[in-house]
Amino acid sequence: MSMNISLTVNGVRYSHNVEPRLLLVYYLRDVLRLTGTHVGCDTSSCGACNIILNGKATKSCTLLAVQADNAVITTIEGLAKDGELHPLQEGFKQCHGLQCGFCTPGMIMTSVDLLQWNPDPTEMEIREALEGNFCRCTGYHNIVRAIQYGAEKMSAIKSTQKEAIV
Amino acid sequence: MIPVAFEFQKAKTVDEAIAAISGSGGKILAGGHSLIPALKLRLSHPEKLVDITGIAHLKGIVEKDGEIIIGAACTHAKISGHKLIQEKLTYMAKGASLIGDPQVRNYGTIGGSLAHADPAADWPAMVLAADAEIEVQGPQGKRKIKAKDFFTGFFSIALHDHELITAIHIPVPPAGTKSSYQKFIQPASRFAIVGCAVMRFPDGKTNIAFTGVSDHAFRDHPAEQFVSGKELNESSINASAEAAMVGVRISSDHYASEVYRNHLAKVYLKKALREVS
Amino acid sequence: MSNTNGFIGKSVKRVEDKRFITGHGHYTDDIILPRQTFAIFVRSHYAHAKILDIDTAAARTMPGVIAIYTGADVAHINGVPCGWQVNFKNGDIMKEPKHPLLVADKARHVGDGVAIVIAESKEEATEAAQAVHVEYEELPCVVDAYKAVQPGAPQVHDDAPANTSFDWALGNPIEEVNAALSASAHVTTLEFVNQRMVPNAIEPRSYNSSYDPSTEKYTLYTSSQNPHLIRLLMCAFVLGIPEHKVRVVSPDVGGGFGSKIFHYAEEALLTWCSGKIGRPIKWTAERSESFVTDAHGRDHVTKAEMGFDKNGMITALRVKTFANLGAYLSTLGPCIPTWLHGTLLQGLYTTPKINVDVTGVFTNTTAVDAYRGAGRPEATYILERLVSLGAHEMNMDPAEIRFKNFIPPFNGVSEPGYVTQVALQYDSGNYEGVLKKGLEKLGYAELLKKQQEAVNSDKLIGIGFSTYIEACGVAPSAVAGALGARAGLYEVGHVRVQPTGKVSVYTGAHSHGQGHETTFAQVVADRLGISMDDVIIEHGDTESVAFGMGTYGSRSLAVGGSAIVKSIDKIIEKGKKIAAHKLEASADDIEFASGKFTVKGTDKSLGFGDVALTAYVPHIYPQDLEPGLDFSSFYDPTNFTYPFGCHIAVVEVDKDTGKVTLKRFVSIDDVGNIINPMIVDGQIHGGVVQGIGQALFEGAEYDEHGQLTNASYMNYCMPRADDVPMIETGTQITPCPHNPLGVKGAGEAGTIGSTPAVVNAVLDALWSAGHNVKDIRMPMTSERVWTAMQL
Repeated sequence: MSMNISLTVNGVRYSHNVEPRLLLVYYLRDVLRLTGTHVGCDTSSCGACNIILNGKATKSCTLLAVQADNAVITTIEGLAKDGELHPLQEGFKQCHGLQCGFCTPGMIMTSVDLLQWNPDPTEMEIREALEGNFCRCTGYHNIVRAIQYGAEKMSAIKSTQKEAIV
Repeated sequence: MIPVAFEFQKAKTVDEAIAAISGSGGKILAGGHSLIPALKLRLSHPEKLVDITGIAHLKGIVEKDGEIIIGAACTHAKISGHKLIQEKLTYMAKGASLIGDPQVRNYGTIGGSLAHADPAADWPAMVLAADAEIEVQGPQGKRKIKAKDFFTGFFSIALHDHELITAIHIPVPPAGTKSSYQKFIQPASRFAIVGCAVMRFPDGKTNIAFTGVSDHAFRDHPAEQFVSGKELNESSINASAEAAMVGVRISSDHYASEVYRNHLAKVYLKKALREVS
Repeated sequence: MSNTNGFIGKSVKRVEDKRFITGHGHYTDDIILPRQTFAIFVRSHYAHAKILDIDTAAARTMPGVIAIYTGADVAHINGVPCGWQVNFKNGDIMKEPKHPLLVADKARHVGDGVAIVIAESKEEATEAAQAVHVEYEELPCVVDAYKAVQPGAPQVHDDAPANTSFDWALGNPIEEVNAALSASAHVTTLEFVNQRMVPNAIEPRSYNSSYDPSTEKYTLYTSSQNPHLIRLLMCAFVLGIPEHKVRVVSPDVGGGFGSKIFHYAEEALLTWCSGKIGRPIKWTAERSESFVTDAHGRDHVTKAEMGFDKNGMITALRVKTFANLGAYLSTLGPCIPTWLHGTLLQGLYTTPKINVDVTGVFTNTTAVDAYRGAGRPEATYILERLVSLGAHEMNMDPAEIRFKNFIPPFNGVSEPGYVTQVALQYDSGNYEGVLKKGLEKLGYAELLKKQQEAVNSDKLIGIGFSTYIEACGVAPSAVAGALGARAGLYEVGHVRVQPTGKVSVYTGAHSHGQGHETTFAQVVADRLGISMDDVIIEHGDTESVAFGMGTYGSRSLAVGGSAIVKSIDKIIEKGKKIAAHKLEASADDIEFASGKFTVKGTDKSLGFGDVALTAYVPHIYPQDLEPGLDFSSFYDPTNFTYPFGCHIAVVEVDKDTGKVTLKRFVSIDDVGNIINPMIVDGQIHGGVVQGIGQALFEGAEYDEHGQLTNASYMNYCMPRADDVPMIETGTQITPCPHNPLGVKGAGEAGTIGSTPAVVNAVLDALWSAGHNVKDIRMPMTSERVWTAMQL
């Protein structure tokens, strides 16, 4: 028995009939063909499938597509605006925060969430925020640096915007 | 793996949810962070899932009539970030922040955790130490189960068929109450090898509860006797730790043998007691 | 280096990053082909069981099912081959039982493939696979290498008596080593397990194979580190299909760490099945499937003895290892515990007598093969544990004993390479240099004081050293062949200059995180004096790259980069002839620098782009010269390269719980010349954390029934961000004397050096408080450390 769901992904409204057992990550990958969101495990541990759903970091492998009915989702493909990289995307490049790139979308989306509620995290706060994201390549060193870069850049942008308003 | 096929229903009210699971093979879906992994590994194969996260009143945290009432569908993240909890149930705010990882805390719920009753989950010890009552509702109506009667065995609880957890009622601790939750994590899963929750009330009454140690969470009354109503000092703390774990069937696994877990339980009890002294 | 145009030695940001950070990486599982079908495997839940019956009747009638094949259907097909032959000491060839694509008679490990189900969707394939009924008769099993060779142990293969694939020895005659040990003032003995590791690349293995009946061509997309090797093994050894009609593509690959070198049964089986059904078939491993089917690493049971004279000089080393090979020989399985392990037991020391003896053993476990470092971490672990333990037993400083025993510096040019007791000749080295630098960075004297102060506190402090060497840049083909390799180990570099002067480079190396698209482009842009934007590095497709041996053994830049340099040299040489003709000079008078061909001593010159255009529009052109500017080269190295370094760990050990916290990690690595320091640093960071993982967190645990009891991330502990500190890296540069770039390789250094440093640090902490402990089994879980402190 399939059910109809409607949701917004990266600003685009979609509507599909899906089986209730379809996981959100497979809806994104196989139905919408947004393959930047990855699957690295079957125990909700690795975080490669991480997206932002209704403003919250979400492991899309641990949610049914039907649970996401009416949701607003941002995936890694929707992060850059008008071709301009998000400061965190830029940070990952500038700081060599990725190697094979497989965990990277999940890492970036987790950091987007982190900086939403903690714009100026300490090194330890960053490391703890990455508890649900595995990387086998980088030893996390440059991922931490990348997030620090993103945080600095974002607060710089904010203060310029403030100045501009003043 | 791909889960076995099932039906899905979003409930708008608790009654609707109860009616929906009252047929055969229905299961409540809240945050799904225990259930969906189990579905994927085909360890669970319900015929129908009933999503209760749309029921607004299951998501509130309020103080009312001398109780703090936490809706069953409140997430760990919401509870740990809630002002009322941070002020009056400090250890719960901390304990909730130690569950899983940020994404898990964004979805996993207190009700789901209690219903699943993983022997290494954090909430069971925390609600036991608080003398909480678990409010449940079923076809026969509402009832409350004392936390101490709720956890009955390995992944088993005092919930009847077709009942669901609706709220957790915690007596508001009097001013001056101190609390602590101390956790030694299993490094892979980040569940508790030992989780020790302690509440010490201004009159000296002291509640001690453990999770992770045995097949279900429990209150350690022998350990309480040496500190409850008594002065807390190194000697009474040591005596309490000495008395802890008597008669408890201590689990053994890949990360902690019975001997080591027993030792850790005492170390973590001492840490918790020192924090509330 | 001559003729640098500013790209070498610069931390150029990676050109490949953009697609990954925007979600446009292109991994095998991202591919859905027209008329795609999906495969699910039925696998044995038993470690050792006779297959009595397979009933597929019900499954075949289920919706969407296209085909089901079992062991009987593929019994006529060759097994998965082993790529390296090791002989018994008596000269007999190793025992090499067939590794079938699906098992027909019996399953030999949990996860052994029993049937493949192909359906229209993953869902339908999953349901049908659940409906395949297999009747087993469970047999006694053995999982431990040492137990497997004992009389009466269950036999994994009928044709491998005592479960032994080979026994093998290397070094000085055992009598000489025994005599040297007997004459030693002190002998340090250690018996330990170098535990089994699960590689855990975050991208699970994934294959998508298709067959086009109209052209009779196969295409296999595979998450492999070496597509050409897969094609060769699959075509020539397994399926007997024409190699020129098979295209193998490794698109973006999400990490390998060795586990994606090997030719797996699923690759060949999917390809064979796609020929049968005439449609593309995709399979992607579930993580729980990866745990029991990706080749594992390490798993040695070892007894090692090191002799010292009264001054702490090493006199001899004797090593006996039982190496667990798993149920079948994987592609490089026999090579790892022998030629990549025994040969490294000289380490950085002048040890005069060495003998190593290795028995390769079959067990009812997943196959064991190369895992980042592959044999070299095991060798380093033996040496560095023994040296530190020896120093402790003799009351010497662990740094001091190393300085005493180091081979003195040599550059490999004016001073000859160092010939070891175990078949190698080191290229160049300055071993004391890295330890000196490491100690400075560490602040050793200060830390020793802190350690003393901590003895009476809640947390002990430990400092652990490891100084390592590795053999990389694999490998001179003739040497590898003499040692049993069944393939050459050269690399191919094809440089195609386009008419507009843009340059396409086709390399047989494969990047799955190493950043070749950047580093190789730096080399090319630098040598040709052009912009990096004008260079593109292509890899991973047998259709576009002539040939290649792939990426492993820290070989890509040393071997693959050198092949590219050879082609660039040919391009410059031809360019000079073209320029000479146009500039009406002699080719001998043309200099090439900064992208310009210039007549010596004049200002007459021609840009690289002009020469390229002339090569393709040859109107004014030398008569005896072919048009075009396009060269391919094979580079076969003359020796291995020998990176080395010094790793130092500082740990805190909680007295109450045994919990170890890694406080600092200092590494000084000498990987020869460095093209991109940022990338080298990144390789070290990642390698170090993988080595830390082995020391503190990871390890496959089989129970007596042959079940892998921690086959999920809920029990197999991967290192996470909050488990490790920042890695304090530093480098020393001793160029490799025998390749044109002077590079040695950086991919595995971190993993090879770090594990013993961490273990030595934990032991050092315990020793500081007087605990009498020689060994703690890895991973050093809190319980294991706490238990050791109760002694």
